[in-house]
Formats: sequence, structure tokens, C-alpha cells
Amino acid sequence: MTQSVTTPPSSSKRRSNWQLLMANRLAAAGLFIFGFILVVAILAPLLPMPDPNMTDQPNRLLPPLSQGHLLGTDHLGRDILSRLIWGTQISLIVGVSATALAALFGSLIGLVAGYARGVADSVLMRFVDMLMAFPYILLAIAIVAALGPGLLNALYAIALVNIPFFARNIRGVTVSIRNREFVDAARLSGKGHVAILFTEVLPNVLPVVVITMSTTVGWMILETAGLSFLGLGAQPPTADLGSMLGQARAQLFTAPHASIIPGLMIFALVMSINLLGDGIRDVLDPRLRSGALDRPLSVTRIERKNTPAASLADAPVLVVEHLSTGFANGGAVTPAVRDVSFRLGKGECLGIIGESGSGKSVTALSLMGLVASPPGVITGGAVYIGGQDVLALRQQELIALRGARVTYVFQDPLTTLHPLFPVATQIAEAVMAHNHVGKREAHQRALELMETVGIRDAAERASAYPHELSGGQRQRIGIAMALANDPDIIIADEPTTALDVTVQARILELLQNLRRERGLALLLITHDFGVVAQVCDRVAVMKDGQIVEQGDTASILRDPQHDYTRRLIACVPELGEGHAFLDRVRPLFEETRP
Amino acid sequence: MSQPAVDMQNLVKTFGGGRNLFGRAASEVHAVRGISLTLERGETLGIVGESGSGKSTLARMLVGLEHPTAGSMAIEGKPWSELAASGTRAFGRAIQYVFQDPVASLNPRKTIGDILDVPLRLLCGYDRDHRARRKQELVDAVQMPLDTLERYPHEFSGGQAQRIAIARALAAEARILVLDEPVSALDVSVQAQVLLLLQQLRDELGLSYLFISHDLAVVESISDRVAVMYLGEVVETGPAAQLFAAPQHDYTRALIASAPRLTVSDSPL
Amino acid sequence: MTAYIGKRLLAAIPVILGLSVIVFLVMKLIPGDPAQALLGSYATPENVARINRALGLDRSWPEQYVIWVGNLLQGDFGRSYILNRPVLDEVIERFGATLILAGASLVICSVVGILAGIASAVRQFGWTDRIVTFFVLVGISMPAFFLGLVFILFFAVQWRLLPASGMYAVYGGGDLADLLRHLILPAGTLAIVATGVVARLTRAAMLEVLRQDFIRTARAMGLSENAVIYRHAFRAALVSVIPVLGIQAGFVLGGAVYIETVFQWPGLGQMLVKAVSTRDLLLVQGGVLVAATVYVLVNLLADVAQAMLDPRLKA
Repeated sequence: MTQSVTTPPSSSKRRSNWQLLMANRLAAAGLFIFGFILVVAILAPLLPMPDPNMTDQPNRLLPPLSQGHLLGTDHLGRDILSRLIWGTQISLIVGVSATALAALFGSLIGLVAGYARGVADSVLMRFVDMLMAFPYILLAIAIVAALGPGLLNALYAIALVNIPFFARNIRGVTVSIRNREFVDAARLSGKGHVAILFTEVLPNVLPVVVITMSTTVGWMILETAGLSFLGLGAQPPTADLGSMLGQARAQLFTAPHASIIPGLMIFALVMSINLLGDGIRDVLDPRLRSGALDRPLSVTRIERKNTPAASLADAPVLVVEHLSTGFANGGAVTPAVRDVSFRLGKGECLGIIGESGSGKSVTALSLMGLVASPPGVITGGAVYIGGQDVLALRQQELIALRGARVTYVFQDPLTTLHPLFPVATQIAEAVMAHNHVGKREAHQRALELMETVGIRDAAERASAYPHELSGGQRQRIGIAMALANDPDIIIADEPTTALDVTVQARILELLQNLRRERGLALLLITHDFGVVAQVCDRVAVMKDGQIVEQGDTASILRDPQHDYTRRLIACVPELGEGHAFLDRVRPLFEETRP
Repeated sequence: MSQPAVDMQNLVKTFGGGRNLFGRAASEVHAVRGISLTLERGETLGIVGESGSGKSTLARMLVGLEHPTAGSMAIEGKPWSELAASGTRAFGRAIQYVFQDPVASLNPRKTIGDILDVPLRLLCGYDRDHRARRKQELVDAVQMPLDTLERYPHEFSGGQAQRIAIARALAAEARILVLDEPVSALDVSVQAQVLLLLQQLRDELGLSYLFISHDLAVVESISDRVAVMYLGEVVETGPAAQLFAAPQHDYTRALIASAPRLTVSDSPL
Repeated sequence: MTAYIGKRLLAAIPVILGLSVIVFLVMKLIPGDPAQALLGSYATPENVARINRALGLDRSWPEQYVIWVGNLLQGDFGRSYILNRPVLDEVIERFGATLILAGASLVICSVVGILAGIASAVRQFGWTDRIVTFFVLVGISMPAFFLGLVFILFFAVQWRLLPASGMYAVYGGGDLADLLRHLILPAGTLAIVATGVVARLTRAAMLEVLRQDFIRTARAMGLSENAVIYRHAFRAALVSVIPVLGIQAGFVLGGAVYIETVFQWPGLGQMLVKAVSTRDLLLVQGGVLVAATVYVLVNLLADVAQAMLDPRLKA
């Protein structure tokens, strides 16, 4: 069972991982250097070299390129090249073994602690904390001091002090995997805890173990070399790279080559391993591969092929003409929003509705260049606000419009508000971004705004952090920030999706009242026809990045023209309809069933 | 109707509590406070409530993923404590669970075939040939193509993944299904299809459903009876049509009033 | 906040006790009979028993541990039989030198590492990023003890810019300027690896944060890019960088062992290496315990600093 899951899902995936690794030039270089060092070290017994321990006093400290000694000789006249290759072999074996030991025990501790939680977790992790409480190498020195210097003892010491690192990493991942529903599902399918740990959890943790190993093996080689350098690791006549360096140190001024050569070798070995390790990490970490960790620019990249003029002379607040946005993917751009046009008048509410992947949120974010870029790119069209094409503005001018004339309210206020600033500070910051007012005045204005959006005891709530408020209150803060500079347009992207229905009703009511009182234009992005029916004057239906139909809300709901709209509306159950709903929708799907 | 599928009496679940190192009482969360409900055989009981109402805790107790603090439960006549004593497999054979997030409920590193194999092997004890036959039947029952078995969860959309999760629940051949927000993560058109599938399976296989959702209209469309939960208690139960037409409790009324409707109100809010 | 600091201080006590247990057990790992070793050829059974009684070695391990901790709490760390002076006196004297070295390195790696990490994240894939990434890679792949030797060769021998070893000049000197001149090479060498780690993790933390939804909110507010990066993003990234600085404190304390050996810096590390080779175990034990206790306190400071930045952690 374990075997079948630890093998990669398919050979095609393995090949693509390999190709990805090779596409990374640095990783490929690391692999080749490391591979070369590895092959030479393995072949050491077969290579035509002098015995690494054969002393030759008359020929001591020969410089490199001497006759018969390519890299010269050390203080006892031993051939440095030969010692270097044998020493590399020892350093590699010790470093890799220490990594394997640390990974094995550390991962086991992490897996068990993370899965079992409770007492086992506390006991194991307290033990790990104790080990971590020692400054890294000092514990290793204490252990070597007790066991006595020697290569094997150094190996144990280095492995032991690295166990906490693995245990902590693996425990963290295990805890998050354990909380996933497939673990509960496996239990209900009849699996026991041990089986779940090793056949369900472990396969998901394994990539992290591999990443952690590949990024620490270089470090472990450095540490064992360090102990040997101090004379606590390999004992004469055996020499690893560290002890070669340590012994040659005495002749640093007279024969620097004897120190520099093993030093450079350690560096080359560790560097190649680190390059390779980073490459492996990049391949195995899906976030890095998808570019999810690329730094987003302040404004979405704009590469417009066309810039249509505004076709409406009466200049409503917002006119969007043939807007297209896509996601750059290698050389190609995958379109997400295609040729979308709509307008929004003063005090009007337009709903954009669509299912997941329809491009409705990307449309909303494109208007102010807020689509994360890379990979986002606006490929065409124009956005006119008050008659001005905002996509043609310089970056600074576009940024100046954000939060002033056009503001946003986002979906989940727990993640969209800054977790480390008090809420009033965040509102005040929105005020100060566009007004030359002092901190005190901005704070006062923030309190007023909190009252406007219906937060009672605003003065008390002002210093609360987002996580201390309820979902509804957080969204009210989000709306207060949007109102800070008396905007003309509010773009609300699924503002109530994360909320309970009773809270949703109150937030929608708040938005409606604000719109009426202040003559705000509201662009509401939602997947819920109920919300549209309640709030929007007009509605645009999106599918696959295009608007398939738009018009007056009442007439679209009553008499949808497009097949897709018709089907979408038919699929919404109505309260009071009861079992009749399923009978009503059944025919819709009958013809499409395979 | 001799024996109800599930019978709960005064069920209580409290999280936390106890005393910490310094002898101070840790804060307690009363997730479920004394619930009594019955699910009859062949019936769909809807449970409606907002976040924090304790509906998911209730569901997890039913399938043995949480232990009740007090009260009693019987599943097909067998007391909960007896099932718990004989391990999770006893639960698995009697009652199954469908999770809210279908993608998270499927192990990303296993094929659908591997995932369906587990309950067939461990709960039903079928041999290899029998399992292979059953897997095909199951995939067919949830209206998925046959090559589904060789594929991995990430190759499926949310709706397809939920069908697969339903197939896994069916594989155990349990007669009771706890459906915890099974359509909340899905788009409306997919949601309707999954609801149709659930209704059809219930009628064909004679299953009993405990259907949990925050969406009143969805619950009404599939349930025979509905229980409304609020802060860990059931405030009202009744036949679906009757409960929504003439709600008795204030909270039920507030819920119904807040639910968005398709009809455009002439005088907006 | 005071309550939080109190709670963390209380939590540090079992950790320090745990440290002492581990050190105690490690010392018990030592192969051979200490009395035998002490007596050498005079090890008659009667003599061994007498010495064991005198050293308390005939009692059970838990008893021995309690007595030992009791002595430690009274400042009695035993006597170094090689140096013939109380262990604690020697450790405190040496630890001062190590603190100067490690402290200077920690400051360098924090400041340079964080600045380089931010610059690198902000100009991701640009030239700044490439240069920083290159130096980070060289830094974390370079054995500090080797780099120290290379620096000595160039800065001290070749160019005669800086002293190669010691803390003060043998003749004259002894003032702050002299100390600083001696400090540059060892502190710089020690800081290089730690700087690489800090820069790399700061970069990763910044990139992670810059993708968060609340950064998009900050942009949607119309904040300038500088405010977005240095106020909103950096503040959030700092929460995950601070524990890294705490861990780096451990790395520089540990790494000081190599650097002090290479540069003849009269610190704790140099003392430990000598003590290990002369098997002066009480000295090793005392040195490790003091360094570990200080490290625990530094991490406690890091915890408190992190909680001050992130109100969610105080709960």
C-alpha cells in the first residue's frame, strides 16, 4: 500500500518534473557539478592515485602543478589531490548519513506529534524544544565532548541537533493535512489511525520531507566539516575535507594552497548541493511553480491592442468599452475577460453575475488595474471614468484615483483588512491617502465613518483589530474605508458571500441606504441572483469571460433572453417552492445526461 | 416505521473547559446544548442554521468523529456508545458522511479507484473482482464516466468531485447519509444537478438523509422535515412546507425574512 | 503585555530545567568510570568507592541531578582541574568576549539581511534581486572557518589592513578603536552566513505578504507603492522575520566556536574547543549551560517582540 502511493502518480508527471528542473539553469548547473563530484568520489578506489595516507617528508608542501602531484602535497608530503578525493567521499557519506538520520527521526516525531496531537504532541514537541534551546553547534560539541572525538560521534551529534528542524517542519505540515477532510473521510471508510498516518498523510508530507532534506544536506556537510576542522570529527590518519583544512591551517602563511584547496572543495560541493536543492524545492512546491509567489506590480500590466473611444456622449460615471484581460502563461495569454462593455450611471446599481470562473471578479479588478500582475495583463479596451480613460493614465495618476473616486469592497474582510493595524487606523489611513489632514483629524473622521456604517460604540471599537470583530462588523469597516473619500463609484466584489444570511441582509441594506443618500454608483459582483434581485437596477450576466446578456434586472429575471441566463435562473431554488423545484429543474438536465 | 434511522436524546457537546495549569477554568464553548431529534427511515431531515449554530458539530457526532459530552444517540436501534466501542468501522457501515468541500475530502495523491477501494475492502470485505465490479457500478450511479477511476481528484471540477464523494459514501452500503452543506461550495447549476442526484439515489436505494445547509430554499427543496438550529439548540421542527409557510419561532422568521428572493421588490429595502 | 511577558518567563523555566537535564544526561553518557579515570593506577576498589562517595556518585541519578542543580543555583559550577579556577569565573570572563562578537554579528546580519531581503523582493527578478540571491547562495554555502582563513590571508597578511587575531593589540591599544579594528574581520565573517539566511527569509516573507488580500486592499485605497511596501507589507513580513532573528542568535553563538578558533578570539567557543580536547568536562558543561540559558532568554525577547507586533499572538 505504502509503496503504491509513494511512487509518483504517473511517469509523465515525473518527466515533467525532470524537465522543469533542467529548465532551471542554476539547478542544472548544480546538478552537473554535484554529479561530477559524486562520480569522482565514488570512483576514488579505482582512480590511479597515490595512497592518500602515504607520507613523503622530503616532498612536503609542494606547490600545485608539481611533478606527480597535480595539487601539490601537504605538511607530511601526502598527495593533496588524492586526499581531496578521499576526503570528499568521507564528507559526502557523513553529511548524507546525518541528513538521512535527522530526516528519519525528525519526520517520524513530526508525523506522530502532528497527527496524534494531545499529550503525545506536547511531550514530543517539548523534547524538540529542549533540543532547540541550545545554540545550534554547542549541543553537538557537548555530545562530542562526552562521547569523545571521532567521525561517527560527530555524525550522531550533527544528526541529533538537526532532528528538531525536521520535526518542526513536518509537524506543521502534518497538522494542516490532518485537518483536511479527506482524513476524516478515510476514517469513515474504515481505515485505522496507523493506516491513515502512513497511507493518507505521509504521501502528502513526503514532498516537504524531500524539500527539507535537499535544502539541509549542504548545511549538514558544512557542519560535519566544521567539527572535523576543530579536531572533533575525523581523526588522523583518516581525513575528511574539514580536517584537511584544520591540519593545513598551521601552514596557512607558508603554504596557503593546502588550506585553500579543501576549503574551495567544501564550498563547491555545498554550493552545488544548495543550487540543486533550491531547484528541487522550486519544482516540488506548487506555489513557486504557478508563480503564486511572484511580486505583484502596483498596477496591472497594460498592453492594449485597441483603445476604443467612449461611445456614450451623456457620459455616465463609468463606461467600460471592449475590456479584455488575460493571464500571461509563458509566452501566451489565456483570456479571462473578453471584450466586455457596460456602463454605470450616477446613483445606479449594476450587478455582474456569473458562476465561478466566469471572469466577473477579474472584470471588477481590471477597472482600477488591481489584477495581480504577473500574471495579469489587460489586453484591450478602455475604462472611462468621468470621461477619462483611466487605463491611459500614468501609474501615479491611476493610483491617485483609487480610493478617491473609485473604491472597492472585497469579499472576505478577515483577509482583506490588515491583520496588524487597529480598524480605525486603517480607515484613517484611507482618509489620509487623499487628504492633507493630520492624524488626529483623520482619526476623528474614521470614528464618524464607523458610525455612518452602523457600528455602535465606535470610539470603543476604534482600537480593535480585525480578528476581534464579527464578520458583519468587519465588512462594515471595509465599507467605511470605501466611503472615506466620498467616492463616486463603489465596486463591491462578493461583499456578502462570506456572511450569514441575516448579516448579509443588513449589509445589503446598508449599501442600499448609502447609495440612496450619497448618490453613489454601485457595481456589485455576485454569484447570487437573490442578491441581484434585491439590490441591482440593472444586471449583466457573464459566462466564460463574456457578457452574454445585460439589461433591466426585473425584465431579465422575468424574461431572460439568453439560454444560459434562462438556465441559471431556473436553477435557483425559491423559498416556498419546496419539492416542486427539483421536478421543475429535472427536465433541464435530462437531455445532457451521458 | 418500527425503528427510526437515527434517534438523538438530549445531545450535548461542549468544547474546551477543564482547568489549565494555573487552576483557572478554561473558557467553554457550548456547541450543542441538548438536542433531541429523530430521523425516520427513508426520510430527509433538513437542518438549517447559521455559522456557530452547532449543526456541523451535530453531524460529526453522528458519524463518530466527535464524542458527545452528554445525552444518548441510537443509529438503527444500536446505541451510539456500543458503536463507538466497536470502532469507526461500525459507524462506517451504518452511517456515512458527505463533506462540504468535495475537493478537500479527496486525497490529492490517490486515484478515484484507490479512494473507492478503501470502504469496499475494509467495510464491505469484498474480494478484488467484486470490488472492481462495485466501483464501476458506483461511478455509474453518480453519473460519472468510467475512466473516472484512473484519474486524480485535481482533474475534476467541484461538482464532479462531490459526485465522487457521494459515490464513496455509497460504497460503504450504509443506509444513512449525513450531508454537511453538500452543495454550498458549488455553482447554482451544478448545485441543482447534485440535488437531483441525491434525491434519485435516496428513492432508488431507500436511504435516509440528514441534510445540513444554511440555504433555506435548498433545504426546502429536498427535505421532508426541517429542524432550525440556533446557538446549539433546535428552536423549531416541522414538515418542510409548513415550517417555511408558517414559522413559529422568531429566529425562523428572521431567517426567512433575510433570505434573498428572485422577485424584484418594487420598493427596494 | 506585562501578563504576556510574565507568562513567557514562566514558560522559560521548564525549558531551562530541560536544558540542564539534557546536559546532565550527556555528561552521564561519558564512557568509563570517572573515579577510575581520576585515580589512574591508584584505582583499588576501596579508593574507587571512597572517591565515588566523595563525589556523590554512589547516589541515584535523580538525586545526583538535584544536588547538581542545587549547586548550580548557588553559582557552584565546579572547578576546572586544568585551569585550576572556578568554572563560573572562567565562563563569565570568556562569555563577555563572545557576546561582543556574536552581538556585533547579529546586528550586522539583521540590518543587512533585512534590507537586502526587502530590496530583493521589491525588485524580484531584477538585477538587485539577482545580486542579492547570488551573495546569499555564496554566503550559505561558504564554510565560515574557511572564509575566515581567506580573510586573514588577504586583509591581514597580503594587504595588512586589519589585525589577524586576538581582541586587542599586544602592545598599546586596549581602547575601543582597537577593539573595533580587531572585531571587523571575525564579526564580518560570522555575520555572512547569518545574513544570507535572514535575507533569504525576509525576501520570501515579503513575497508571501505582497500576495495577500490586504495588500490589494491597501492598493485599492490609493496608497503609494512606498506605503504599501514599507508600511503594510513590511510590518506583516516582520512578524515572520523576528523568530528567524531569534534563531540566528543561536547560529552566531554557535558559529562563534569556529570564528574564535580561527581568529584567536578569547571567547567561550575557543574555551570550549580547548576544554573538549583536554577533556575538561566541567568547563564544557558550564560553558554550554550558560550559552544555552542566554539563548533561551534571547528567544524569549524575540517572542515578546513578535507578540508586540502581532496582537493575534497574545491570546
